[in-house]
Amino acid sequence: MRFLPDAEQNAFAHSLDRMLAAAGTPGAVRAWARGEHGPGLALWRRLAEAGVLGLAVPEAYGGVGPLPVELAVAYERLGRHAVPGPVVETAAVAALLSHLAAAGEPGPAEEWLPGVCAGGTRVTLTLPAGGPYALDADVCDGVFVVREGMTGEEGDGAAGVPGDGASGAASGTGRTHLGGAPGDGARTEGTHAGVRPGDGTRMDRTRAGAAPVRERAPLAAPPVRLFLAGGHGPVQSSVDPARRLARPVLGEEVPLPESAVRAAAAHAAGWAAFACAAQALGVGSALLERTVAYVRTRTQFGSPVGAFQAVKHRLADTRTALEFARPLVHGAAVALAAGAPGAAAEVAAAKATACDVAYAAARTALQLHGAIGYTAEYDLSLWIGKARALRSAWGSPADFRALALHLFFE
Amino acid sequence: MDLDLTPEQEDFRAEARAWLAAHVPEVPPRSLETREGFAEHRAWERTLAADRWSAVTWPEEYGGRGRSLLEWLLFEEEYHAAGAPARVSQNGVCLLAPALFAHGTEEQRARLLPPMASGATVWAQAWSEPEAGSDLASLRSVAVRERGGWLLRGQKTWSSRAAFADRAFGLFRSHADPGRPPHHGLTYAMFPLDAPGVTVRPLGRLDGRPAFAEIFLDDVFVPDADVLGEPGRGWRVAMSTAGDERGLTLRSPGRFLAAARRLVALWRATADPDDTALCDRVADVAVRARAYQLYGYGVAARLEAGGTLGSEPSMSKLFWSELDLALHGTALDLLGPYGELAGTAADAPEGGRWADGYTFALAGPLYAGTNEIQRDIVAERVLGLPRGMR
Ligand SMILES: Cc1cc2nc3c(=O)[nH]c(=O)nc-3n(C[C@H](O)[C@H](O)[C@H](O)COP(=O)(O)OP(=O)(O)OC[C@H]3O[C@@H](n4cnc5c(N)ncnc54)[C@H](O)[C@@H]3O)c2cc1C
Repeated sequence: MRFLPDAEQNAFAHSLDRMLAAAGTPGAVRAWARGEHGPGLALWRRLAEAGVLGLAVPEAYGGVGPLPVELAVAYERLGRHAVPGPVVETAAVAALLSHLAAAGEPGPAEEWLPGVCAGGTRVTLTLPAGGPYALDADVCDGVFVVREGMTGEEGDGAAGVPGDGASGAASGTGRTHLGGAPGDGARTEGTHAGVRPGDGTRMDRTRAGAAPVRERAPLAAPPVRLFLAGGHGPVQSSVDPARRLARPVLGEEVPLPESAVRAAAAHAAGWAAFACAAQALGVGSALLERTVAYVRTRTQFGSPVGAFQAVKHRLADTRTALEFARPLVHGAAVALAAGAPGAAAEVAAAKATACDVAYAAARTALQLHGAIGYTAEYDLSLWIGKARALRSAWGSPADFRALALHLFFE
Repeated sequence: MDLDLTPEQEDFRAEARAWLAAHVPEVPPRSLETREGFAEHRAWERTLAADRWSAVTWPEEYGGRGRSLLEWLLFEEEYHAAGAPARVSQNGVCLLAPALFAHGTEEQRARLLPPMASGATVWAQAWSEPEAGSDLASLRSVAVRERGGWLLRGQKTWSSRAAFADRAFGLFRSHADPGRPPHHGLTYAMFPLDAPGVTVRPLGRLDGRPAFAEIFLDDVFVPDADVLGEPGRGWRVAMSTAGDERGLTLRSPGRFLAAARRLVALWRATADPDDTALCDRVADVAVRARAYQLYGYGVAARLEAGGTLGSEPSMSKLFWSELDLALHGTALDLLGPYGELAGTAADAPEGGRWADGYTFALAGPLYAGTNEIQRDIVAERVLGLPRGMR
């Protein structure tokens, strides 16, 4: 056993660090937020050249993967430098299409993945395990939409049970996995319909809908279908200015066997959560590094504020939390690489922890910077917003916690 | 010990409730952090003032109702329960007015308070400087003696609402007192934000909205009539209202009761009751809001009986700022994938109220003296522990 990145993986990480630091990502993020994608896309081309965009893509489709350990190492760097764009989604689409290919449906993989690896084709997706928005749909050539339900319309899929965990991927349906009593679930739907105020869209499919559908056993689980979006709704701004969210407008269905789509979607959800965890780890590290640097130089009461014990303790806690989150992310990578049956739980543990740590690091960073940290023009704000956004990406903290309990289920 | 209201207090509460029901605008004004929204909030202050609701604890001669702190707490509960707009005049009413009552001249009170009550003059606080945050006493902006007044020079920053406000009050170094602690020799001065020599640069807070501003002062003339308290003794004037800035009067319990009620409603509408972790967090918020309400009643009773607050507002500040964060953080978690939407996003639930509230709550542990400083104050002044290295 050697539970450590090897020399080559470390060198890869360092070269990415150097490249991204030199590229000045905050400027690219700010432009990206305004819909000026030029500088961000230049960055993407360099990521493609470095092989980052092919880490989840098998060699048969132009990639070098799947290499989850390399992906963990690289995506931590992407988070650390706040790289804009659908990085997590690119990995998830690769997982989706390559899983379909392995199930005997190589068409979409052949069509899309070589271009993705080369950097010329950009893709994003929505999955039943995530929210209704496709990240950066406005700058993507392919927007994949996995929907549950008869019509494929949003909210049609009452069940929200993508996969059952047997495929080894996190599906964001933790509560369902835990098998809450179906009777409770029925009450859930009656009194706690997961509806977003305003448009009647389901807010939390996985919880609100899952159990009742189980109870109505004679009804089969609604089908899971794959579509390519024909367009997208207006861009919705996120607290992370680099995240441009839009609802896909359904286009044509990609005609594939339902069971293959269902399994691939669950697999993709696992990769999305995993990539997101690695990215969050980088976000937390950047917040810590920047804050440590700041409190060294900021002077109040004739002393660097970093000399005050209250300040030191919060930073020490942040460092400690990161120290214990990283092994979980790397452990998830190893499990994914091995195709271990427990990978879903490992991924969930990593996602819940890394995103929690990043979120707490953002609170600490803001607090210890004082008012300057609260301004949009100061770059720290980019990471503060990203930490909040990643927290709810691809499933809720509670969903992932529930799934992580499977680590210790016999 | 009881929680009973007198018939007169009941009447007052009922009167407030009825007035609010009849006057609170159905369509809430736009964000305070926009020019149009600021004007709409200012208009709301005028509406409040027309029926003497803008400063109920002030004496009647200045536009108030001469009401007690307890009655103000009741008014605040009604105000927030009615979903009434944020108070654009808060800096003036909460911070400057108490200083005027304690240290101002009769002429200053008569001249400054009525337009403050009506929203005709909106005030900004100009204390902080780039190098003087927690260590406010180290401030460097100066007031230089000039015939009939003072010339202000230097830079202030993080001044809330200064982007659109009319006047500001601040502290300036006026007397070189070598060898004496830095809070000696400061003067409390008031100045118009459009005076010659004043430059205001709005700063975007986390969501980009210009919630505060930098203020550059280049020989801005302030007549003696606009100095509050004795020149050189401004620290005492400023600190006499620090408790008002931190405690109950800045963020009343009513505000959190109303928000906690909305949170519970959101939970009932959206959450899975089997998610006990979220349920615990919602319940915690509800309990803390209730604790703050009861605490407020206790404070009011103590003051009524002639007691004083001392350093207690530091504990209030710690309590309400942490509560606000817990409340809004829980709401965003309840909103699932919609929790990351910016307040301005078309899809943002409840018109972005939770998102904006969260952004605002993030600043709570910073402004009005950071929570690290408040904990030191509680430890040293309430518990009597030895003074640290500060
Ligand atoms: C939203 C917002 C609105 C504001 N509005 C106004 C306004 O209207 N007018 C105005 O004048 N100011 C305003 N401020 C400024 C506010 O008063 C300052 O932010 C505050 O005093 C802290 O100063 P600082 O930001 O410079 O942080 P610093 O003082 O630089 O503190 C940085 C960090 O060090 C910690 N620290 C400092 N000293 C110690 C110590 N001795 N022990 C332990 N920890 C310590 C702090 O707690 C903080 O975590 C506002 C700030 C915000 C965020």
